[in-house]
Amino acid sequence: MSSLTPETSVRRAWWRRLFAQSPTVLAGLAILLGFVVGAFVIIFTSPVVLRSWRHIFSSGGAIFSALKITADNVGAAYRAMFTGSVISPNLLWHSLSTGHGWSTTLTPLSETLTYATPLLIASIGVGIAFQTGIFNIGANGQAIMGGIGGAAVGSMIHVPMGLHLPLTLLAGVLGGVVVGLVPGLLKAYTGAHEVIVTLMFNYVVAAFLIFAVLSTPLQQPGQSNDISRTIDGSAQLPPLFGVASGLRVSYGIFVAAAVVIFAWWFLERSSLGFEFRVTGQNPQAARASGINARFIIIAVFCVSGGLAGLAGTVQMQSTTHYVDGGFLIGNAGIGFTAITVALLGRNKPVGIMWGSILFAALGVGGRAMQAATGIPLDLATIIQSFVVLLVATPVMITEIFRLRHVSTQRIQLATQGWGS
Amino acid sequence: MRVELRNITKRFGSFTANDSISLTVEPGQIHCLLGENGAGKSTLMNVLFGLLHPDDGEILLDGERVSFANSGEAVRHGIGMVHQHFMLVPVFSVAENVVLGFEPTKSLNRLDHETARREIRDLSAKYGLDVDPDAIVESLPVGVQQRVEILKALSHDARLLILDEPTAVLTPQEIEALIDIMRALAAAGTSILFITHKLKEVRAVADVITVIRQGRVIDSVSPETSESDLAALMVGRSVSLTVAKEPVELGEGSLELRDVVVRDDRGLVAVNGVSLTVRAGEIVALAGVQGNGQTELAEAIAGMRPVESGQILLGGRDITNNSPREILDAGLGHVPEDRHRDGLVLSMSVADNLVLNTPRRAPFARRGTRQLAAVNDNARDLVQRFDIRTTGIDATAGSLSGGNQQKVIVARELSRPLVAFMASQPTRGLDVGSIEYVHRQIVAERNAGRGVLIISSELDEVLALGDRIAVMYAGRITGLVDSSTSREEIGLLMAGGS
Repeated sequence: MSSLTPETSVRRAWWRRLFAQSPTVLAGLAILLGFVVGAFVIIFTSPVVLRSWRHIFSSGGAIFSALKITADNVGAAYRAMFTGSVISPNLLWHSLSTGHGWSTTLTPLSETLTYATPLLIASIGVGIAFQTGIFNIGANGQAIMGGIGGAAVGSMIHVPMGLHLPLTLLAGVLGGVVVGLVPGLLKAYTGAHEVIVTLMFNYVVAAFLIFAVLSTPLQQPGQSNDISRTIDGSAQLPPLFGVASGLRVSYGIFVAAAVVIFAWWFLERSSLGFEFRVTGQNPQAARASGINARFIIIAVFCVSGGLAGLAGTVQMQSTTHYVDGGFLIGNAGIGFTAITVALLGRNKPVGIMWGSILFAALGVGGRAMQAATGIPLDLATIIQSFVVLLVATPVMITEIFRLRHVSTQRIQLATQGWGS
Repeated sequence: MRVELRNITKRFGSFTANDSISLTVEPGQIHCLLGENGAGKSTLMNVLFGLLHPDDGEILLDGERVSFANSGEAVRHGIGMVHQHFMLVPVFSVAENVVLGFEPTKSLNRLDHETARREIRDLSAKYGLDVDPDAIVESLPVGVQQRVEILKALSHDARLLILDEPTAVLTPQEIEALIDIMRALAAAGTSILFITHKLKEVRAVADVITVIRQGRVIDSVSPETSESDLAALMVGRSVSLTVAKEPVELGEGSLELRDVVVRDDRGLVAVNGVSLTVRAGEIVALAGVQGNGQTELAEAIAGMRPVESGQILLGGRDITNNSPREILDAGLGHVPEDRHRDGLVLSMSVADNLVLNTPRRAPFARRGTRQLAAVNDNARDLVQRFDIRTTGIDATAGSLSGGNQQKVIVARELSRPLVAFMASQPTRGLDVGSIEYVHRQIVAERNAGRGVLIISSELDEVLALGDRIAVMYAGRITGLVDSSTSREEIGLLMAGGS
């Protein structure tokens, strides 16, 4: 410490304060590092870039041209990612100056929000469970069941929209609750570990989905494929700017916004949310304080499963309007992505909101990048994974940026005690 | 060995745990380091033992300057440390534990049990520490386990032995035995650094007492110094060590136990037919060495452990096997034994912890919505009334010192309308100043006409607080005596005598 000059220690203190005050800075640095890592992946997998570096000693200017080729490639990839997921400055300028082409200009943003909406709802469900110390790995199965429930009510009941839309959303919630209740009851009454049960239930529900769209009245009449009936128009979440706009972003974002507000209120202001958090932070103290652990476990699975189910039905009601055998399967499994988004957002509703938008943008932008530059979509997944890895291990960030997490350090030392 | 610490300074961030501490231990001297929790005693010992690196200052062993990169180097230089929490493998034998890390081996790296056993026997004989090398550690009484720890430290030719709060877990008789061992070791030339915050022991055993407060050496005094003077040095103000209790008219039974039987986690009977009546306006102190069923009994009363048979009455109402919520609502105030595990949520604010078991009660909540204004008003009021030292009501409970954490729990429990108040080890790990405060609050509750049950393994506390003293041994109450009974007699009861 004594070797530090005054300026460096002042600068470091400034960094530390900034860092200690704001976990957002941590997330920001993690995202930055994620993109840096992504840049290296591009460099080491792009034949053009590698070839340029192989010949840097052949002539005096070769190193500059290699640097330029590298910057061009990385720049092009990230530019494509940005314009594909947020907005293209050129198109924006065009629209602003001519007043036309808004639909094309806003499509990337609309797509990002379309993907973010169900992801956000599911992630908040997972985040609330995490805050209670419950690992709900089964959000995907719950979301699928939500989609099935929504598809059934949306397609087989025919009532006016004012009734049909809420009923369909409610059916989605109930679908998620039903699937979530199984591990909840098993844990509350037998102690079965929720990670195993929820994980396994994802497979059960995925199989049930195939059954539901092949062998029940839910199957599209006259079809032999694994596809459900299409829900009535009165059960659909309509596009925000009308079908004619071509923008897919739907009224579902209001559902998501309501979920964010509800979750914030629930965790920060409601008595039940308080009991959830106490249970999550210290189950023994919760028990000693008279909190009924069994009730909390069942309740948290209802809330978490219900939100996951809502995510599934919102996805279905705002995009496809039906479910098929591939609904939320594989890469589309928002319930799995939700786990990482909840981690990224530190289980806080607002943090999760930004996390979902980021993840959706990376996914949408990754596809645009793949189309424009040929760099595989997996690069976006690599960046996503890295960001989460770094957020989950703050020590790595503090080491890389030579920061000390003052508040964490203080908490740890205070609990261990210096002198006792 | 002559040990000299010169101007040792250790900082954690902006906090200075040791501020230029100097002290010297002469060969064969028993040097007591006396200070409150958080005064910096353990930090200093961890520096000396190579577990922490000082930011400034130097360590001299027999006049030679040393610096340890880790505790292994400290051990090689002849320093041995017995930690407050034993570092023994419970299922290993004494011999296996002592040689652990430096095992004698035969061919093919097989453990040489015979050599290990012989080493222990030699050590036992040399230092007069009687231990069976083949006994399994978990089957030994705590005092003997500690002897194993001391043997382990001595087995590496320790010439300086650091004992960190060694008496916290011992019965009065075991403390006597430990003091004899310390004297014998010192007489044989081993230097001893003895860390404690208990005044009686210090005066009984020390050659020199160094008092540390807030990371600084306050004074070095002789053991002739009176207890109240030592306490004043430790705390920085004069402290009353006894609590004045006025006679109170006794009322009905406020907490009654009738033939209560409780099993522990392993399914063994831990509480074996305990009957006890705590009347309104009296403090019954339940004494006993840890592990004689007190913990299980307290948990059963609080509804956290099933009662196998028998009855528990709170203010005449049967609360046997009710849920913790029902028992809280029936008016039992409960300070749990392990405050970090059962009493607080360390990551939550002081304000939230002060309503931890009443979050749904008016005025803290209305129709399922928390009323933060009321929660904060309550916190400000209690912080002030109970003198909780915190940077604010939003500070996390984990950022408070142990004494102030305990005050949070006591404040929370005493701010509810109660029928009876039960506190398990209410001052464990607290400094003298906080003990005085908590004791006064407990007596005030008694004076207000509540029945109070104190469960404590600290004999001083039992004697200071109890109007009547019940002694628990092996799951039974082996004696119910009044507060004028002598320490020795209660000590004998605690050890299972009658």
